[in-house]
Amino acid sequence: MDIKDIIKPENLVYTKTKNMTDKVLSYCPGCGHGTAHNITMEVLEDMGITHNTIGVAPVGCSVLAYEFMNIDMQQAAHGRAPAVATGIKRVWPEKYVFTYQGDGDLAAIGGNETLHACNRGENIVIIFVNNGIYGMTGGQMAPTTLQGMQTSTSPYGREIETMGSPLKMTELIAQLPGVHFVTRQAVHTPGAVRKAKKAIRKAFEIQKEKKGLAFVEIVSNCNSGWKMTPVESNIWMVDNMFPYFPMGDIKVDGKLVK
Amino acid sequence: MAKVRGAIVVDVEKCKGCGVCIPVCPTDVILLAKDVNSKGYTYCYMENPEACIACTNCAIVCPDGVISVYKIKVAG
Repeated sequence: MDIKDIIKPENLVYTKTKNMTDKVLSYCPGCGHGTAHNITMEVLEDMGITHNTIGVAPVGCSVLAYEFMNIDMQQAAHGRAPAVATGIKRVWPEKYVFTYQGDGDLAAIGGNETLHACNRGENIVIIFVNNGIYGMTGGQMAPTTLQGMQTSTSPYGREIETMGSPLKMTELIAQLPGVHFVTRQAVHTPGAVRKAKKAIRKAFEIQKEKKGLAFVEIVSNCNSGWKMTPVESNIWMVDNMFPYFPMGDIKVDGKLVK
Repeated sequence: MAKVRGAIVVDVEKCKGCGVCIPVCPTDVILLAKDVNSKGYTYCYMENPEACIACTNCAIVCPDGVISVYKIKVAG
């Protein structure tokens, strides 16, 4: 059988969601951001809430998320996405509101906004992409950088005595009573992507039911910042990131499970 | 039992040749081409099209969403 007989519109089983624009993503080859974008947009499409959702884009690699996500987006100042999302949600409680933030944005400069939005239990979804480094600005050390990890601002590796321990933002905010659902996922394999998509779907369902804040961390790679090939960086992530940032749900239905 | 045949279509100009799709393919269909696209990236293609089972693994992990998957059932 010829390939041309298979490639027909009626046989299509998977293609990029229409909720993503046709622009070429600005991310480096193999970056997990693209996959995280895709599954978030697929969830909105599956739930039929594309036209009823407002996203808040951060500062960092994903600063141009509004160029790629074909929905209503608002750009926030560095780290202030949860504060902006709070405002949008309170003015428009019937809209679905989510923030999409990296670790430099959410855990470093936006640590305060994140903690307080979580503590207030704002009815929003926070998607947190953690790659343990500041990617966009040239691979500097982030709060989530692992011990001993070399970055451009920790060339001899992160030293705990002077630089502190990697910040487990997700475990930290899981302690807060306003937070309803906290999970940590990854997008490096098809199975992980499916699980992460399910978690994001659950997060939006929680917002629909007005139960409180839902927080989804996605541990991702930064092959440029880590100075590896995309496939190598995924293997490094499994070997080094996952032991410190273990996969799975941390808080379900307002109760800690870990 | 009906057999499944699949095929992928790669948006060559948008593919960045990261190769994330290659290890996730259970039937080793995909390889990176020796050619490059207009941006200088090697792009992925079906080296072994007969083996594709349309599992969509490659398309799901593709960060740039450049892969579309087609599937048919063949009798026999």
